[in-house]
Amino acid sequence: MTDTFRTADRGRVDRNHPVAFNFDGRHYNGFTGDSLASALLANGVHLVGRSFKYHRPRGILSAGAEEPNALVTVVRDAGRTTPNLRATQVELYPGLRAFSQNRFPSLHFDIGGVAKFVAPLLGAGFYYKTFMWPGSWWKRLYEPAIRRAAGLGRAPRSADPDRYTQRYAHCEVLVIGAGAAGLAAARAASEHGGRVILCDEQAEFGGALLHETCTLEGKAATEWVADCIATLHARGVRLLPRTTAFGWFPGNMIGLVERITDHLPAPPPELPRERLWQVRAREVVIAAGAIERPLVFPGNDRPGIMLADAARCYLHRYGVKVGTRAVVATSDDSAYRAGIDLHRAGIEIAVIADARVAPDATLVAEAKAAGIEVRTGTVAGTAGRLRVHGVELRGSGRVQCDVLLMSGGWTPSVHLFSQSRGKLRFDDGLGAFVPGVSAARERSAGGCVGSFETVDCIEQGSAAGDEAARGVQRAAIGVIGSARRPATATSVTHGKAFVDFQNDVTAKDLKQVAQEGFRSIEHVKRYTTTGMATDQGKTSNLNALALVATTLHRPVPAVGHTTFRMPYTPVTFGALAGAARGELFDPVRLTPMHACAEQRGAVFEDVGNWKRARYFPLRGEDMHAAVARECLAVRNAVGVFDGSTLGKIEVTGPDAAAFLDRMYTGSFARLGVGRCRYGLMLNEAGFVMDDGVVARLAPARFHVTTTTGGAAHVLHHMEDYLQTEFPDLRVWLTSITEQWAVIAVQGPGARAVVATVVGGIDCDAMPHLSVRQGQVAGVPARLFRVSFTGEVGYEINVPAGHGAAVWDAVLAAGAAHGIAPYGTEAMHVLRAEKGYIVVGQETDGTVTPDDLGMGWAIGKAKDDFVGKRSLRRADMERTGRRQLVGLLTDEVLEEGAQITDMHGGPSLGHITSAYFSAVLGRSIALALVASGRARIGQMLLVPMEHGGVAVQVTDPVFYDRDGARLHG
Amino acid sequence: MLLIPCPWCGARPEIEFHYGGEAHIARPERPTELDDAAWAEFLYMRTNPKGPHAERWRHIHGCGRFFNCVRDTVSDKVLVTYKPGESRPPLP
Repeated sequence: MTDTFRTADRGRVDRNHPVAFNFDGRHYNGFTGDSLASALLANGVHLVGRSFKYHRPRGILSAGAEEPNALVTVVRDAGRTTPNLRATQVELYPGLRAFSQNRFPSLHFDIGGVAKFVAPLLGAGFYYKTFMWPGSWWKRLYEPAIRRAAGLGRAPRSADPDRYTQRYAHCEVLVIGAGAAGLAAARAASEHGGRVILCDEQAEFGGALLHETCTLEGKAATEWVADCIATLHARGVRLLPRTTAFGWFPGNMIGLVERITDHLPAPPPELPRERLWQVRAREVVIAAGAIERPLVFPGNDRPGIMLADAARCYLHRYGVKVGTRAVVATSDDSAYRAGIDLHRAGIEIAVIADARVAPDATLVAEAKAAGIEVRTGTVAGTAGRLRVHGVELRGSGRVQCDVLLMSGGWTPSVHLFSQSRGKLRFDDGLGAFVPGVSAARERSAGGCVGSFETVDCIEQGSAAGDEAARGVQRAAIGVIGSARRPATATSVTHGKAFVDFQNDVTAKDLKQVAQEGFRSIEHVKRYTTTGMATDQGKTSNLNALALVATTLHRPVPAVGHTTFRMPYTPVTFGALAGAARGELFDPVRLTPMHACAEQRGAVFEDVGNWKRARYFPLRGEDMHAAVARECLAVRNAVGVFDGSTLGKIEVTGPDAAAFLDRMYTGSFARLGVGRCRYGLMLNEAGFVMDDGVVARLAPARFHVTTTTGGAAHVLHHMEDYLQTEFPDLRVWLTSITEQWAVIAVQGPGARAVVATVVGGIDCDAMPHLSVRQGQVAGVPARLFRVSFTGEVGYEINVPAGHGAAVWDAVLAAGAAHGIAPYGTEAMHVLRAEKGYIVVGQETDGTVTPDDLGMGWAIGKAKDDFVGKRSLRRADMERTGRRQLVGLLTDEVLEEGAQITDMHGGPSLGHITSAYFSAVLGRSIALALVASGRARIGQMLLVPMEHGGVAVQVTDPVFYDRDGARLHG
Repeated sequence: MLLIPCPWCGARPEIEFHYGGEAHIARPERPTELDDAAWAEFLYMRTNPKGPHAERWRHIHGCGRFFNCVRDTVSDKVLVTYKPGESRPPLP
């Protein structure tokens, strides 16, 4: 197809480089420098999509980021498929394949268009009112059907194969927007020598100057742009085209997303697709420009109806005539320029219809001098199905046309200013919001403060850049507002007059909700969904606001505005995720013995960031069989366990014992060197927070263990008290979790195994709860005699780098004793058989030491420790608190299951742990039960889905109650 | 992202810090001598002001030290930071 709507010579497209592309399976030609939208218009294609709700045919409305209609899916391959791209921002490249959205079977014949017959059911808030009965039909029938019919593009199902990067940048001045004001601001700021960054969402700098025909500083507009860029380049300003400032974050941190390869026919594999910039700017100049407002009249959404200045842009920048015969409907001065420019380019202007009673006489005269008819009046309706072919003007009848250009005035882009928490001010002259009071180090200039003359923009931009570099603060630079108040943008008596094109919200919907009693604009927004589409209402918000204000008979500023939220335009998940995908999503912590466990076929589980061996199945074993075998090995012979993930803190200094006395419930001042003691840690509110073993290596040196999950928090908690409450204590805390590998050897055969690998330590002389330093397998070691199984137990600590070798040595030494490695699952069963708690499983932040039956762990003679005073609060001492008990059960119950009396009364507590115990040959559970210790011997009920299960309350220690095995 | 001036390291991004609750709430010297009401006052009662709020932060991924900070809870701006043990300075 030839592009018949291309002018002979205008525009910035490169006519020496034609570009073949494909839209909805048809081949077209454009030029390098075209957007997908301009190339389609050059081929006479206006119909590019179907609307969200009513499936109405839609065309290209704008030429920029505000485009609500022309959303397309661009396809490179299965994984590189991007839906919902604005055709106005998609740069053309050879071979580009794009598809329209939300239509079936085709754009020209869309079966969803029958939605117009049920349209009366689909008004504002229809999903709250219709499809309500019968209730069960909503999930099965209504919702899936509505979801299929409504919607935008489909997300690809394959993984995204592209790479995305992120970088931080710092600068004195960040200038957002490279139109007249932004270029002038960057030029002025760069004179001061600081770091300046200039970004713009378009491929080319220049903004509206790329379609201006004026002369600036004695040069053509585009020449002025080129000279400006050369100056900035020479001054070392960082220039970022194709880069959208999408969000403003506290501390003048601005998020930019730079599109690097989307415009290339074959992206080089070494380049990332996008780069996320997090720019910390001392000062910011916002030069974001302004967006033209559509008019609201019946049938204002037909293909061929577009914004007036967009038509000018397509003509001057892309050399594209948007039609052959145009009607201009306006309530603002700027559309006259569009009419005259298009007329001069050979497009017939049937009439300029000005909604204002008394339009500017000079402009009217200018238009008439050019031979254009000007009438006052509004649009009553339009005709045409897939393309507009006529306009009904109120009072003056039908006018034939193939394109209708509209302008309802301009809306300053205050998105970033508002995101920076600046307060907006309603400007009567503009009929729009402008920056009022700043909250961050920024200032706005040019179109985004309501200045639309290029010379004003340059002047304001220069002042803004200069003041930013010098740190002078003003919210808005320049004269705000003009006297030309646009007339009200709406002229609706009947029919569908669209306000929000992307979400299919009409003037009638907005009036209806105001009549239904909605007053807050935030409620109106959510109920009608106006402004909630992917364009966030760039073209619609102000019109919606004006309509609601009119209906409520209140001034616009009294109705207020909705919150501007990031992102300005949609941002890919890829850019936000950066490298944090797959294996790099979250750090993985591996123990020094990880490879040994892998070699033995261990099944791992995630515990925080750690990978822990859960069990070691032999050939043909399932988890139940493996865990039972591992448990019996520990009870009858010897087992070996990787305990390296335990948190470990070295506490040193002359006051170390005094400090630990305050942090733990137990008493450590008189703990002998070479001895260990169980440590229970409470928070200040008296609830159990962590536990571990405190070992005294020397008078002023302790080796303290914590739970795996609590390690970081316990160290933070200790530092908190040490630094802020007890700064007089001479104590130093060092995390040694990663420095020591821990190999637990447990079972009746443990002593024999350990004795063969130690050097310089007499195992026979080591009582339970003692520690020695010496060698294990020739490596310096700290050897603890501790047990979390109830059997004779040792924990061999060796420097992490030696962990794997020592693990192998222990296994070799244990072979003759029937040693078996066991995992976390067996560890849990073994400790539960002994009634040992796991903090976070038996406790949940509301459990006291006495609730656990661990009053013995509290140093009675101690005057104070963290949490002590709270234990005396009335609620902590009351009767009826939930206490830890054991349950004998007929099946392995679910952890978290509720417990009641035998009549199924109110909950008495819940199950905290439940396992099958191989050594007892039955299932057991630990539970927290109201007055549990007084209930020992009673039967209680655990209501499950399949019926109540009777359980017998018992002591939490199921196995070896007198502890004979512990001391071997 | 907030930029927080650590009194020892200088301005650093928020992700290096850990919040530590309201500042200038000293643990009583002799908790055992307090009645339940006085202890609850220390344990649970906080001012929660709208506006400048003195709070504790820790430069947990930097020097590891606690310090105090006055932050405006309306604007979420850090107004001043100072070392522990120092009294709350006048706002700039």
